[in-house]
Amino acid sequence: MIGNLEYSTLQGLWWLLCSVVGAVFLFLNFVQGGQSLLWTVARTGEEKSLIINSLGLKWELTFTSLVVFGGALFAAFPKFYATSFGGAYWVWIIILFTFIVQAVSYEFRNKPRNLLGEKGYELFLLINGTLGILLIGAAVGTFYTGSNFQLSQYNLVTWTSPLRGLEAAFNVFNVFMGVFLVFNARTLGAMYLLNNVDCTGMPELEKRLRNAAMTNFLISLPFLLYVLVSLLLMKGFEVQEAGSVAMVSHKYLANLLANPILLVLLLAGLVLVIWGVWKSARSDSTRGIWFGGAGTVLVGLVVLLLPAFNNTPFYPSKVDLASSLTIHNASSSKFTLTVMTYVALFIPLILAYIAYVWRAMAGRRINLDDVNNEEAY
Amino acid sequence: MIEHLDLTMVNWARAQFALTALYHWIFVPLTLGITWIIAYYHSIYYKTGNEEWKRLTRFWMRLFAVNFAIGVATGIILEFEFGTNWSNYSWMVGDIFGAPLAIEGLFAFFIEATFFAVMFFGWDRVSRRFHLFSTWMVAVGTNLSAVWILVANAWMQHPVGQQFNPDKARFEMTNFKEVVFSPVSVSKFTHTTSSSMVLAAMFIISISSWYLLKGRHQVMARRSIVVASVFAFLASVFVIFTGDQSAYAVAQKQPMKLAACEGLCRGEEGAELIAFGIFNGDKKIGDDNKPCVFKVGIPKVLSFLANRSFKSFVPGVKDMVFGNPAQGVMGAGEKIAMGKKALAALADYKAKSRAGDDVGAEAALAIFEANQKYLGYGYLEKPEDAAPPIALSFYSFHFMVILGTLFPLVALAFLVFAWRDTLADHKWLLRLGTIMFFLSMIAHWLGWIVAEVGRQPWAIQDLLPVTVARSNLTAGTVQTTFFLFLALFTILLIAEVGIMLKQIAIGPEEG
Repeated sequence: MIGNLEYSTLQGLWWLLCSVVGAVFLFLNFVQGGQSLLWTVARTGEEKSLIINSLGLKWELTFTSLVVFGGALFAAFPKFYATSFGGAYWVWIIILFTFIVQAVSYEFRNKPRNLLGEKGYELFLLINGTLGILLIGAAVGTFYTGSNFQLSQYNLVTWTSPLRGLEAAFNVFNVFMGVFLVFNARTLGAMYLLNNVDCTGMPELEKRLRNAAMTNFLISLPFLLYVLVSLLLMKGFEVQEAGSVAMVSHKYLANLLANPILLVLLLAGLVLVIWGVWKSARSDSTRGIWFGGAGTVLVGLVVLLLPAFNNTPFYPSKVDLASSLTIHNASSSKFTLTVMTYVALFIPLILAYIAYVWRAMAGRRINLDDVNNEEAY
Repeated sequence: MIEHLDLTMVNWARAQFALTALYHWIFVPLTLGITWIIAYYHSIYYKTGNEEWKRLTRFWMRLFAVNFAIGVATGIILEFEFGTNWSNYSWMVGDIFGAPLAIEGLFAFFIEATFFAVMFFGWDRVSRRFHLFSTWMVAVGTNLSAVWILVANAWMQHPVGQQFNPDKARFEMTNFKEVVFSPVSVSKFTHTTSSSMVLAAMFIISISSWYLLKGRHQVMARRSIVVASVFAFLASVFVIFTGDQSAYAVAQKQPMKLAACEGLCRGEEGAELIAFGIFNGDKKIGDDNKPCVFKVGIPKVLSFLANRSFKSFVPGVKDMVFGNPAQGVMGAGEKIAMGKKALAALADYKAKSRAGDDVGAEAALAIFEANQKYLGYGYLEKPEDAAPPIALSFYSFHFMVILGTLFPLVALAFLVFAWRDTLADHKWLLRLGTIMFFLSMIAHWLGWIVAEVGRQPWAIQDLLPVTVARSNLTAGTVQTTFFLFLALFTILLIAEVGIMLKQIAIGPEEG
C-alpha cells in the first residue's frame, strides 16, 4: 500500500511526520522551562533537588526528540538540512552548544569533584532553557520571514549574511516567536512539576509553581498575540503556477483559510493551553500539564504545517526567491521516502512503550527520599 | 562544480570532525559494552536476590551514567556536524545517509532514553522484573544505535544500493537491503561491538584490579572480575575473528586502505604480512626506496587474508596510483581522466537541459553515464592524491593488531586466576590489569584512525572526496568552532574524569 502512494503524498506525509516530532519536542520543552524556573521557583537546596530530579527523569526524551527531529529532516528533506545547517551556521552551533552542556548537567551537577560546581551546571541548564529555546524559536520564525541563501545549479548553498543565521535573531517576528516559546516552556515546566513533584509538606513550593504557571503564561501572551496577528497580516512566500516564488499579501491567512482544519487545531490548541493554565493556577489540580501539553502540540503543529502546504515554500530565501525550499524540491527520492514510511509504521509501538514507561514511573511522585538516594541527580 | 576549494577550511573541518569523533569515541565503546555486563550483573541479582550483587550492579551503573551523559553530549554534535560543516555532503548523499540516522533515532535513542530512567531510578518504582527488563533494553538500545550508525559509516566506505541522479546532482538510494546488509556494514558492526565489549570488560578489570591491590571492596572486585574476564576473553577471541572478516572486506572493497595499512607499496603475489615494522619516512609513492627500514614479516599470509589464497596478487599503493596493466589494476590517473569527463558531461548535460536541447542533453548524459563510476576522481588533481597517509595508517593498524593480540591472553590469565581464587597472589597481573582499560582505549582509537584516515581522500569511497563534501564556510569560522569545541569538550572531559575518579575512590555503597 505504501509503495503505491504518490510521490507528492509521501512528501506531504513526511512533512507532517517531521512536524509531529517538532511539535512533540515543543511540548517536551517543559524540561527546558523547568530548568529556567529552577532559579526563580526553588528557594532551598531541597526544592532545587526535587525539581532537578523530576526533570532528570525526562530530559533525555526532549533531547532525543530533538535528535530525531534532526534525523528525520536529514532523511526526508536533505536539502533543507544541508541549506539550513550549513548556511545558518552560527545559530545552529549555539543551539547545539546549549544542548551539549545540558546533556552533562543532570549527571554531573551534584557529583563530588565535578570541576564547575553545582552553580556551574545550573547555569548550563538555564542557558539551555532560555537561549537554546529562544534561538530555536528564531530559527522556526525564518520559516515565515525567510533566510539569506542562494543555491547553485548543483544545489550547493551560499549564505549571503556574514552573521550566518544569527541575523534571524534581529528580526522582531523571529525574536517574539522565540520569546513566546521560552515563556510557554516555563509555563509547561511549572505545570509538569506540579504533576510530578510530591509537594506534601511544601505548600510554598506548590504555590510558587501554580503562580509560575499563570505568570509565565501571561508574559507569553503578548508575544503570542504579536506572532499570530503578524501571521495573519504579513506578506508571505508563494509558489506560482510557473514554479517561480513571489511575495503575496496575507499568504498565511490564506493558508489558514484554505486549510480550515489548521484553524480548528490552532483554536483548540490555544483553548487547551489556557484551560491547562487555569486548572493549574486556579484549582488544586495537577493535571494541567496534559491540557497544556496537548495544546502546545496542536499549536506547534499549526506553526510547522502552515508554511509548508498550499503552494508555500517552507524555507524561503529572502535574497533569491527561486532558491526557496518547498517540501517537493527539498525532499528525498520517492524510494527513500517509501522506505522511511515503512519504518514509520513502528512509531505507534515506540509511543506505546514510552507511554507505558512514563505511566509506570509516574506511579509515585518525586519526593525527598528520591533526592537522597545514591542515583539522585 | 566546486569553483573555489578552500583547502584550509576543509582541513579545519576535518580536524573538527576528528576532534569530536575522537572525544565521542572515548565514551561510546564503554557504553556499548558495559551495558551488557551490567545487565548480566543485574540478572544475577534478580536470580539470587543477593544484596552484594545489587551493590555491585548499582556501582557499575553509576560509573556508566557519568560516561553515558558525556557520550550523548558529544554525539549530538556529530549528527548535526554533517549539516553544519559538510553541507554539500548532506545534500549529495542525504537521500541515503539520512535514513540510517533517522532510524537510529527512532529505534535506538528512544529505547535508550526511555529505559535509561527506569534502569537508574526504577529500583523502588517498578517491579523487579520490569526493572531488569529495562536494564537489558538499555543494552539493546545502545547497541541498536551502533547498528545504524555503522550502517551509515559502512555505506561511506562501500557505497552500494545507490545511483547518481544528474538532474538533482545527488546520489539516491535504490536498494535499502544492500545498504543495510553490505559486507562492510556487517563486519563493521561485529568488529566494533565485540571490541567495545573487550574495552568495557577491561574497564571493570582495571578498576577491580586497583581495588584488589589496595585491599578494598574485595568481594565486589573479585566477583566483578570473574564475570568481566569471561566477557573479555570470549569477546577478544571473537574480535580476532571479526578483525579478519573486516580486513577481508577492506581488501575486497577498499584495497588502497589495506595497502596503506600494510605498508604495501608495490603489489605482489604471495604477499607477506608485516607483523611489525618501522616505516621508511623517506618513502614516496612510486620511488625505489624500501617501505620499511625494519620489518618482521610472515610470508604469503597477506595474500591469504586478502583473497583467501596464499598465491594471490595483492595490489600495492603504487599499482593503484600509477596502474599495473599486467595485473589488471587501473591507475588513479586513468580514473581521474574518466572522472573529469563525467564532471564535464554533467555540466554539459545541465546546460543543455536548461537550454531545451534534448538531443545534446541526452548525448552528454550518455558520456556521463559511461564515466560516472569514477566521478569522485574528477576532483583530484594528481594520481598521488588518491592515496591516504600511509605511515599513520600503517602504524595505527599494526599497533591496534598488537594490542588486540594481547587482550585474550590477559583476559585468560584473569579468568584462570580468578577461577582458582588466587588473583591476590599475582600482583603483577593486577598491576597489568589496572592499565588494560587504557590500552584497550588506545586500540579503539587506532581502529578508528585506520577506518577513517585509511579511506582518505574519500568521504564516499571513489564518489565524493572530502574536499568537495564541505560547507561553504570560511576557514576562520570553522577554526573558531574547532577551538570552542576543543575547550568545551576538554573541560567536560576533565570534569568527567574527576567525577569518575572520585566515584571509584568512594566505591560501592557499603552493605
